[in-house]
Amino acid sequence: MNAADRPESRAALLPNDAYDATLLANTRPAGWQNPQPAPSYNLVVLGAGTAGLVTAAGAAALGAKVALVEKNLLGGDCLNFGCVPSKALLRAARFYTDLHHAPRFTGSAPAPSEANFAAAMERMRRLRAHISHHDSAQRFQALGVDVFLGDAAFADRRTVEVAGATLTFKKAVVATGTRAARPPIEGLAEVGYLTNETIFNLTERPRRLLVIGGGPLGCELAQAFARLGCEVIIANREPYFLPDEERDAAEILADALRRDGIEVRLNTEVKRVTQRDGEKRVCLVNDNQDTTVAVDEILVGVGRVPNVEGLNLDAAGVDYDHEHGVRVNDYLQTRNRRIYAAGDVALERKYTHMADATARIVIQNALFWGRKKLSSLTIPWCTYTDPEIAHVGLYVKECREQGFPLKTFTVPMSDVDRAVLDGEEEGFVKIHVHEGTDTILGATIVARHAGEMINEISLAMVAGIGLKTVSQVIHSYPTQAEAIRKAGDAYNRTRLSPFLKALSRRWLAWSR
Amino acid sequence: MSEPPRRGDDLEKLQQDAVWYFLRAANASNGLIADSSREGAPCSIAATGLGLAAYIVAAERGFLPRREAAQRTLTALRFFRDSPQGEDPDATGHRGFYYHFLDMKTGRRTWQCELSMIDTAILIAGALSSGRYFSAAADDEREIRELAGFLYQRIDWPWAAADGPELSMGWKPGAGFLSYGWEGYSEAMLLYILGLGSPTYPLPTESYGAWTGTYQWENLYDIDFLFAAPLFVHQLSHVWIDFRGIQDAFMREKRSDYFENSRRATAVQQQYALRNPMWFTGYGEHCWGLTAGLGPGFTKQRAEGGIERQFYGYVARGVPFGPDDGTLAPWAVVASLPFAPEIVLPALRHVRDAYPEALSENGLLTSFNPTFDPGDGGRRGWRAPEHYGLDQGPVVLMIENYRSGFLWRLMRECPAIVTGLRRAGFRKGWLRSSHR
Repeated sequence: MNAADRPESRAALLPNDAYDATLLANTRPAGWQNPQPAPSYNLVVLGAGTAGLVTAAGAAALGAKVALVEKNLLGGDCLNFGCVPSKALLRAARFYTDLHHAPRFTGSAPAPSEANFAAAMERMRRLRAHISHHDSAQRFQALGVDVFLGDAAFADRRTVEVAGATLTFKKAVVATGTRAARPPIEGLAEVGYLTNETIFNLTERPRRLLVIGGGPLGCELAQAFARLGCEVIIANREPYFLPDEERDAAEILADALRRDGIEVRLNTEVKRVTQRDGEKRVCLVNDNQDTTVAVDEILVGVGRVPNVEGLNLDAAGVDYDHEHGVRVNDYLQTRNRRIYAAGDVALERKYTHMADATARIVIQNALFWGRKKLSSLTIPWCTYTDPEIAHVGLYVKECREQGFPLKTFTVPMSDVDRAVLDGEEEGFVKIHVHEGTDTILGATIVARHAGEMINEISLAMVAGIGLKTVSQVIHSYPTQAEAIRKAGDAYNRTRLSPFLKALSRRWLAWSR
Repeated sequence: MSEPPRRGDDLEKLQQDAVWYFLRAANASNGLIADSSREGAPCSIAATGLGLAAYIVAAERGFLPRREAAQRTLTALRFFRDSPQGEDPDATGHRGFYYHFLDMKTGRRTWQCELSMIDTAILIAGALSSGRYFSAAADDEREIRELAGFLYQRIDWPWAAADGPELSMGWKPGAGFLSYGWEGYSEAMLLYILGLGSPTYPLPTESYGAWTGTYQWENLYDIDFLFAAPLFVHQLSHVWIDFRGIQDAFMREKRSDYFENSRRATAVQQQYALRNPMWFTGYGEHCWGLTAGLGPGFTKQRAEGGIERQFYGYVARGVPFGPDDGTLAPWAVVASLPFAPEIVLPALRHVRDAYPEALSENGLLTSFNPTFDPGDGGRRGWRAPEHYGLDQGPVVLMIENYRSGFLWRLMRECPAIVTGLRRAGFRKGWLRSSHR
């Protein structure tokens, strides 16, 4: 097994600096004494990533007696190996790109500015340590949660054992998350590779980096590392990046990556990896033709594997498999109705905000006889490349499969004054409506701040607000989110039929 | 269609120049037509298909004696009949389909290219139009009809939908079917209709429905249309098929048709150029035309205002989300003539006046880029150094459809097209009165 695949080794892999010392002091304090277990818990939470933390904090705030068990670092993927470090790095990378484009604002060529990779990584670790306070063991202890560090396993349908202690529960939540999938590529394990769990430990810039996988992680980090001065190749077996997203969005992204100097290889499989003369040689196959590239590091981002091993889920009566994780119904219950699952370990869409949303469902359903459903959630998501690609609701293909006649209102960002003034004209807002109505079925936004903008569409969808009303909402001028109102205005113009137009013209002529 | 006054437009001259491309680019011994005018260019089977259709327009217009047109056609069709088919990596084709590029002399696969379904469809559409045109009892014309039918009926369309329900667009020996992710409206319309119309190996009708299920109907610049970014997508199937007034299920739902859609797509190109979001030189009401084609090459230049511009080589340019590097294709403007003459003719005049270099003695340029700085101080911008068969074909054929509707009328009587359209769910319009 590759070192990166062993969750317990993660803490040991961190660089030994003051920032990571702070991170560890918060997320896995040395010498932590597990509390004496209570006779019975309302809720035992396995896993202290986003889903586990939100469940524990929310339940404790409502007066529940809660035990939270973590085998590795509190904060989970999001804080330690995911959203937090990657977005910190992306921000630094974006700065260097803005510096590159400085002549647009200053009129003169910029001073040569080689990206300071080590400083960008250090900034990331400093910010991660700063944010980690929120997820600290001490904070959760202060909230009244019993925090246990150690490996947890179900003993039966009502008890969990951790570090010699037995926790008896009324309800339990499996929120153990996922880890990076290890692709079966010949030689890869032998020469070594990075995943999201190890790449943020780098302190020196790899001169050449191969990224395997064109999903959100691969695209974001390929772009960030290229902007921080690496020579990057990205190999994706699909013909497009972000295979779930709309084709226009994927094409804009591919174009953006190429402009950043990334060597884009689509429809490309990685056949084998060898180590020679201190470099990793990778054989890539496209249309049955082999080419070999030499790189210093390989980042793998080809999906996630659920953490279901070692939990003794069988003894607890919980169904699971090693590909999709814990099986739950729409109320997030497992086969053992006392045990729920939340977050990545049970979800197809593995996002921090989904982990958060499912934790809230679990609190209500497990503790208060709630009947909240996973299927009723309106879920936005965003890939934080530059430009960002955000989506909510249904895709065009899904709409057509479900038989909705569909119409898409498209506003290029280049038609939005603020985007032009910011020099951020790339991208679009596309809002899909049920044709003949203003009901929003979904939307895709590609823009530099698409992740911020998509929330307005999510709000409209959750509140049942249609495009007509969106156009009536006064948007501050000039803002990039005005693109959304423009889509509403375009909808309103389509309501002005030739008959109404003629009627209006006649009225105005008469009233002159 | 009546021929409107066209003083100063000289459309016939443009057609003649484009026909000359095919006459020069053909190998007289096997009928194959070169992809481009570049020295040593291989045969493109699509260029060959467009060439076959260009021959009949040339014969009809008197640019070429009918006997010679028939002879050139016959040479090409006989080649495709006799050339090797099979899984060998250097065959000419497989299961009735052909490789995208062939060696001009041997007619074997070259450039390690793919077996191309769409390019085969263009070749076969050309062959079928020859079969319709050469209707005389003479031996050569009878043989053309037989060969066109033979080549069409030999194609195993369902094989290309084996991973289905949609068609694969390419196949390679050893690698199998290629995954290009062809979603959304595209030039594949012609391919589906020919596949559905086959009397020997017809595509199942579900494949067409699966493909149209990926369409995007968009409202952009206050224009409702079936979205596709590059202009040629809105043109290529229309070279052979008269889509005026006929509707499939999708267009019935949208109360439009594909001809009207191409008119709107042309208007969208004009609207994009008027906005000119990326500040390219020359773009405006009468200067547009973004499509697939050659560009100055993959390089960056720093422009006025400190803007860094990325230029591209051969890519599918499109609106409104690019890629756009300031490269325009005058031939693609002309190929929209039947749909929107009111905006195409002024654009053609403008290009002629403002960029006379876009017209050479060898016909309309494949592309030019007034923004690109070639670094020689004197010349304005960049222009494509060669002509392409894929560009010159639509110039001959779409001008003809605009002037006389000749190719459309011819193909309305083609059983393959009529059956294919009906099986795709097309109704109304001229299909109602078609006896085929």
